[in-house]
Amino acid sequence: MEDIKEMVRKYVISEYLDEGENITYDSPLISSGYVDSFSMVSLLVFLENKFKIKIPPSKATPEAFDSVNKIVELVNQYINK
Amino acid sequence: MSYSNKVKEFYTSQLSDIQNAGIFKEERFIHSSQAADIEVEFPSGANLRKVINMCSNNYLGLSSHPDVLEAAHEGLEKRGYGMSSVRFICGTQDIHRELENKVTEFLGTEDTILFPSCMDANAGIFEAILTSEDIMISDRLVHASLIDGMRLCSAQHDTFKHSSMEHLEEKLLLHSDKRIKLVITDGVFSMDGDLAKLDEIVKLCEKYEALILVDDSHSSGFIGRTGRGTHEYFNVVGKIDIITTTFGKALGGASGGCVSGRKEIVQMCRQKARPYLFSNTISPVIVAGVLKVFDILSSSTERRDKLEKNAAWWRKGLTEAGFILKEGNSPIVPVMLFNAKLSQDFSRDLYDEGIYAIGFFFPVVPNGQARIRTQISAGHEIHHLEKALDAFIKIGEKYGILGLTKEEIIAKYGA
Amino acid sequence: MYISFQKHLATQLKEIEEAGLYKKERIIVSPQGAEIELDTGQKVLNFCANNYLGLSNNRQLIEAAKAALDDHGYGMSSVRFICGTSDLHKELESRIARFFHTEDTILYAACFDANGGVFEPLLTSEDAIISDALNHASIIDGVRLCKAQRYRYENADMEDLETQLQLAQEQRFRLIVTDGVFSMDGNIAPLDKIVELANRYNAMVLVDESHSAGVVGETGRGVTELYGLMGKVELITGTLGKAFGGAIGGFTTGKKEIIELLRQRSRPYLFSNSIPPLVAAAGIKMISMMTETNELQDRLHGNAEYFISRMTNLGFDIKPTKSAICAVMLYDAKLSQEFAAKLLDEGIYVIGFYYPVVPKGQARIRVQISAAHEKEHLYKAVNSFAKIGRELGVIK
Repeated sequence: MEDIKEMVRKYVISEYLDEGENITYDSPLISSGYVDSFSMVSLLVFLENKFKIKIPPSKATPEAFDSVNKIVELVNQYINK
Repeated sequence: MSYSNKVKEFYTSQLSDIQNAGIFKEERFIHSSQAADIEVEFPSGANLRKVINMCSNNYLGLSSHPDVLEAAHEGLEKRGYGMSSVRFICGTQDIHRELENKVTEFLGTEDTILFPSCMDANAGIFEAILTSEDIMISDRLVHASLIDGMRLCSAQHDTFKHSSMEHLEEKLLLHSDKRIKLVITDGVFSMDGDLAKLDEIVKLCEKYEALILVDDSHSSGFIGRTGRGTHEYFNVVGKIDIITTTFGKALGGASGGCVSGRKEIVQMCRQKARPYLFSNTISPVIVAGVLKVFDILSSSTERRDKLEKNAAWWRKGLTEAGFILKEGNSPIVPVMLFNAKLSQDFSRDLYDEGIYAIGFFFPVVPNGQARIRTQISAGHEIHHLEKALDAFIKIGEKYGILGLTKEEIIAKYGA
Repeated sequence: MYISFQKHLATQLKEIEEAGLYKKERIIVSPQGAEIELDTGQKVLNFCANNYLGLSNNRQLIEAAKAALDDHGYGMSSVRFICGTSDLHKELESRIARFFHTEDTILYAACFDANGGVFEPLLTSEDAIISDALNHASIIDGVRLCKAQRYRYENADMEDLETQLQLAQEQRFRLIVTDGVFSMDGNIAPLDKIVELANRYNAMVLVDESHSAGVVGETGRGVTELYGLMGKVELITGTLGKAFGGAIGGFTTGKKEIIELLRQRSRPYLFSNSIPPLVAAAGIKMISMMTETNELQDRLHGNAEYFISRMTNLGFDIKPTKSAICAVMLYDAKLSQEFAAKLLDEGIYVIGFYYPVVPKGQARIRVQISAAHEKEHLYKAVNSFAKIGRELGVIK
């Protein structure tokens, strides 16, 4: 569980943040402007490839992607299926 | 017909949310021509005030240049007012083709197609040439109109960190299986005023066989030794597959935009780009004005040279006064204040001093990166800049931020 | 890299050409008007412009534009909310609202942008857009950019609209979208019935008056005037690029809160220059002219009636219309091209439309009538149609 969280956090940091910036599992990602809805695609592709899941577009909303915790929640729904 | 209270309340509450968040955009009414000195009614109903404009895209000071006005007058007399038609029905005059050829020559490309605006050029280009087998890889800070264009296109999309060549290379590798890879960037980024690293992007695109699109809206006419744009600055003229740009900023500032580049790409736009097919092109009077703009720019580099000098003077002045600026090489000079409210207060106080400059904050720029974006023009004389600098210093002193570091300003006002 | 893409594009362009769909542009060397001059030196009568009121080369509009050049300059070099709003923009916005009996107006660089930017800021995935199947491409693009649920009804089919409204009942807000006049057939949306259904099923209505403003209704206020529904629909979009002078520019006019929200959120408004001041000034003049006298509207209506009745008497198959668009049905694509080409030789400039612009087997010549047409222009056009129609066996 913790592993997935950390994996996602590290990806978000490397993919979206500038050097020296950091986030927690709860930091808002989209509403704070770290990730714009247009760049969310990379994150979606990363999650789908990494965890071998398929997240339907209707579920990949900015709200569902707004923090590492929320993302992990979403991922778990599909891993457990 | 069924504008229920529920609907009305919904929209009213959205408006008050915007107002409460302090991001309501209030328009100021300008009663004069666009220039260094303008007459403004603000707030609505107030007496007119003479102020110095430090926030227009009138980089070359051509928006009300007498020669351009004269050409527009003549255009009205000779070519009428409107075309009342899209291009391919009965909306093409010979001067539309003349302007297309002139742009081609100026930018050093193969062909050009006019659009009603650069927003429309950007909205129409992707769908006209790419399909779901292709990939668009864009810099994360490209202009909103490019994003809308990409949203309308069925090709896949991905982004790379702003101006990060490592990240772009990663993405080019990741998507090496796609049929067409198109890398998309602004030439000059409008909020920070920095230039895309076009020379490096060209190298990467050559290495990974990708095409390049550059939106040069904030560079055409003044970036590069003879003002051709960022491709001239980086010495990659002829290597950019697609340039989009606007006539609505430096090049007269009225309206209109274009896609300029490879011949077949331009041809394809003429057949398939929806804003081109379904909307009137630029009206004859505007075309006449832009043609004159290109005449002026082709005959002398005086205006871009003056702009460069003005911008350097302005940057130096602000830096020496102790302001924090975004580094850059363009006439866009962002004065960093970090805090959204401070940027609003600062802008209002400047206005009281007769200086018109706008504060930008989230979501237009990233959180904690609020700023006053100043834009320098060849229409500014040194006395305008001196007066503006005095006002900046006066207000900077008022808020006690001169000479402070980023951290110190944030400690004082919050991010 | 470009070489392989170049081949790919070249193939596509060839396919377009072989399908007979390649759009070639005729180059005009005169101002727009009833009589125009082509770069071939040929002088022709123009029956394919949206110059319904004949204002494209109107002296008063030109004078207004020139006066604005002198006191407001050429360009604004800015978007509206930074430093791109002139007093002329504000005045035109309020004049348009008064003209259509609406509450407020927002100007755009083009009606394409008005339609492109109206849906996304107002509706979310909880809402529904119910759109006529023949709506203009710009509405389709605007809807594509919006997350609302999409419903489509067959052109002007009120039974189908009702069905779609029933299906859309679970959404929060519903917006019915229709062209006022459909550009290919010239037919008018049954707005009275649409509004009735909107009331019954609690939906808002947006009408695109691009081909009807200035044209339809006794004083040219569009389909809302024709049906006695002025000020009764939530939103109207329209263009300054057709009847209203024909230069550029578009607008959305309607409920105050909605317009205000569009000013804050509509992307084409926020990210692109508005119309230049000279176009705003000419727009103000145009509204004044239309309000002061009904001469142009009356002339247009007289011309359209005359042309349609003469053509019908000759035996041409004309789509029924109360607009200034007269679709002369020929059904065969090749025939439509041949007919248009022969008309051009006679000095009559019209366009033949065929699939995919119109449905398969529905090829036609679209004639657009203007107040600028003199009686002799109309005679000549009718006579040429009669001549070529007989020559090609379309009429007896």
